Amino acid sequence: MTALTSPLTGYLLVAALLFAIGLAGALVRRNAIMVLIGIELMLNAANLNFIAFWRYGPHPEALTGMMFAIFSIAVAAAEAAVGLGLVIAIYRHTNTTELDKINRMKG
Amino acid sequence: MNVVFYLLAALTIAGGLAAMLLKHLIHAALAVTVAFAGLALLFLQLDAQFAGFAQILVYIGAVAILIVFAILLTHGAELPRGGVFSGTWFVGLAIAAGVFAVLGWAVLQSVHALPQQTAAPAVTVHDIGNALVGSYVLPLEIVALLLTAATIGAVIVAMHEKAGQK
Amino acid sequence: MMQEAVAFTPGGARSMIAQYLWLIPALPIIASGVIAVLRQSRRKLAAGLAITSLSVSLLLSFIAFVRVVGHWAGGSVAREIFNVTWFSVGSAPVDLGWVLDPLAAIMLLMVSFVGLLIFIYSVGYMAHDENFTRFFCFLSLFAGAMLGVVISNSILLLFMCWELVGLTSYLLIGFWYQKPSAAAAAKKAFITTRVGDIFFFLGIVWLFSQTGTLLFYNYGVGSLEGLNLANLLTARGGLGLSAAGAIGLLIFAGAVGKSGQLPLHVWLPDAMEGPTPVSALIHAATMVAAGVFLIARVYPLMSIGAGAAGTTSALTVVTWVGSATAVFAALIAVAQNDIKRILAYSTVSQLGYMMAGLGLGGVAVGMFHLITHAFFKALLFLGAGSVIHGCHEEQDIRRMGGLRADMPLTFATYGVGMLALCGFPIVFSGFWSKDAILEAAQHWSLSKVPFYLLVFGAVLTAFYMTRQVSYVFFGYWRGRGTAHESPRVMTMPLAVLAFFAIALGAIGTPGWPWFRAFLENQPATAAFYVLIEPEFLALLGTSTLIVALGIGLGLWLYGNKSPKPETPDILEQSAPWLWIPLRDKLYVDEFYRVTFIAFYAWWARVADWFDRRIWGGIVSAVALIFGLWAKLNRALDMYWVDGSFDKTCEELSNGGGLLARVQSGLVQNYLRILAAAVVALAAILLWSSRP
Repeated sequence: MTALTSPLTGYLLVAALLFAIGLAGALVRRNAIMVLIGIELMLNAANLNFIAFWRYGPHPEALTGMMFAIFSIAVAAAEAAVGLGLVIAIYRHTNTTELDKINRMKG
Repeated sequence: MNVVFYLLAALTIAGGLAAMLLKHLIHAALAVTVAFAGLALLFLQLDAQFAGFAQILVYIGAVAILIVFAILLTHGAELPRGGVFSGTWFVGLAIAAGVFAVLGWAVLQSVHALPQQTAAPAVTVHDIGNALVGSYVLPLEIVALLLTAATIGAVIVAMHEKAGQK
Repeated sequence: MMQEAVAFTPGGARSMIAQYLWLIPALPIIASGVIAVLRQSRRKLAAGLAITSLSVSLLLSFIAFVRVVGHWAGGSVAREIFNVTWFSVGSAPVDLGWVLDPLAAIMLLMVSFVGLLIFIYSVGYMAHDENFTRFFCFLSLFAGAMLGVVISNSILLLFMCWELVGLTSYLLIGFWYQKPSAAAAAKKAFITTRVGDIFFFLGIVWLFSQTGTLLFYNYGVGSLEGLNLANLLTARGGLGLSAAGAIGLLIFAGAVGKSGQLPLHVWLPDAMEGPTPVSALIHAATMVAAGVFLIARVYPLMSIGAGAAGTTSALTVVTWVGSATAVFAALIAVAQNDIKRILAYSTVSQLGYMMAGLGLGGVAVGMFHLITHAFFKALLFLGAGSVIHGCHEEQDIRRMGGLRADMPLTFATYGVGMLALCGFPIVFSGFWSKDAILEAAQHWSLSKVPFYLLVFGAVLTAFYMTRQVSYVFFGYWRGRGTAHESPRVMTMPLAVLAFFAIALGAIGTPGWPWFRAFLENQPATAAFYVLIEPEFLALLGTSTLIVALGIGLGLWLYGNKSPKPETPDILEQSAPWLWIPLRDKLYVDEFYRVTFIAFYAWWARVADWFDRRIWGGIVSAVALIFGLWAKLNRALDMYWVDGSFDKTCEELSNGGGLLARVQSGLVQNYLRILAAAVVALAAILLWSSRP
């Protein structure tokens, strides 16, 4: 294990791990809402990446990372709203939230 | 590296893991809230106060609640019969592991290329506000539109349909 | 006396009659064509057409005869020819043509006159037959064809008319074709004469190839004239013969068939199945005489190159065949019981005499007997027809008898004919003609055997004719019903023929040999002193002895006796070992059946087997191969082509199906694939950008 010569490395690894966990959950869980939760986790991990790079990168006064993270939060919120609304609508139609059973788009 | 960092990292990771592994959906939602909180604290530790508080406000205050509402509306409290994990869960796990492997390897390989800045940035909310209506005014307006559209869309999608239509 | 090849000098303008000679055979043929399209009910018209056309032909023949006599008497050329080229085979022309010379003139007159009498007779005889018109159609056709044979100058035209004569003979013999025996007899006649005709045709081809011309007389370049004839003599013909001799023998083979000589005589007795006028016309007077006429026509060919013996090989063969036939047929005639069959064998026998006469004495001798025979044999046949008609279609002589009283006119004329045939001295023509033959036989240098044979044959002739007349006219009636005389239309021709049977003798006596002189283009000098020469008187005595012996024996054995039909003949009782073979025609037909016909039937079976098995097998095999090929193609097409095509489509479909499985509709799967692809992409990018 390489020595963490930079604190950035730690944050990046944490972000990567969190991303992987979120992805695993999105790929493995049956419930649609759990998939959405996983996606939220993935988004958060990306946010962490951005903030970490803003803190330890050059020109933090340009606020690029911060802005990105803020907009990402806003978009994530909108996306969560729409996504969950969709899940609810689908639940009303098919009476289930299990992704295995929702294959009307089968090719 | 701080102990605080390790603690917060562990808290976040634990929350995320718990969120993905717990069977009960409400428990999972609460666990992800913990993860969100951990992340907010990490943001604070990274001197991104505004991002941190925004995280708390939006994610914990809105998204998590939204998730709970969705769980309740879809009767997610009842445990499904076939198990919560899909039949081919190891494939997903393998893929996620692959992703982590690639990312981790990239990070570790480029350790020497990473920036080393240690001085805390002197950023105030005033600066953020200036930036929002200054150089980032276009994204701001677009996000505003997006939020409007998302709101309207979510309402329409989740609306009860007229009687007679399936 | 041998006749040498006489060359007539060419020249002189053609007379009108010579130019229009072709009308003589054409008119009856045209009449025949018209009658063929008439309805069956138009009897009078049919008979009228036939008789009228033949009368006109007779008139023209008479004019032609007068013309020739005029030429002959004036000492100028007596032969007029008219030739026309039909077509050319390369450079060799195929010619047709006709000739008017003494030989043709005599035959024209005889054929048309006797033919006319028989036509008139047929009107009465066939009155009750429903196929009256068809009969006259065939009769007319026959008359035309026979006249064509007579005037023909081209051997090809002669052959064509020869074949036509054979065809009409077939049609007339088998006239009552519903009778199986008649149909069989017609077939037999045609096939037997065909055997002879094959050799005849070979002779024609050889003659044409050797001389380059088909014409007999063509102003010196005909096949029977001058240089051509000499070449034929020098060319080799195989078997030690000259080409002339070989060709002559081939042509004689044709005459053997047509004139019923041994061994092709078998058809003539069976030909009596036809109506009696047919027997009279064809098988007594004219058609069978065509063979004799043919030999007379090509006589220069047969007689050239006479050796030390004064005769040629060809003529020797003719003589022997003729003599043998004369005796053979006479023997069989003794033991027959059918009135017409006796006359048929008599005809065969007399034809033998004619051939012998040609071989021994030349054209004049043979032809004279032909002419006299035509008249008295026609008379005998028509008389037999009258007898059959009067006895209600009875033909067995054992069931007749005593007709002398019932049918006096028939008896009288029949008697005249019978005596002429037997050669009763002086009065009857048959005596003079037969005498000429016997005289020639007596002086033949090669052998005296023909003479003895012919004498024996004359005795037999007298004997069997007496037997026949005794059975039919003497004694008492043994038949059914009553016999009656025939109508005038039938007895008139008999009377006319009887007159000529007597009168014709006058033109052939040694005292005034007009006939011979006419034919040989010599002046006819009366030499009555010959009649009292010792040589002649010796021959006269011989002939008288012959006739007396034959008639006396016949009267003694048969006379007025009239035995019952069931009792066997006197001779049969005394010498059955002799009688039965004679009655059974000396087994010639049976011999042919077990040899030629059996062989031919076997050959036909072999050919049929071959055709069915071998050729049929080959065809079936080819068909089988094609069938198999078609099946193979179908199988290939169905399984290979279609299969491969179908298989390809199936695989495509399966592939599509497989690929479609990716579109599972499950979102999580899509996500997985996405994530995996990103991982792969990232790994590749990172790997490639390694420092």
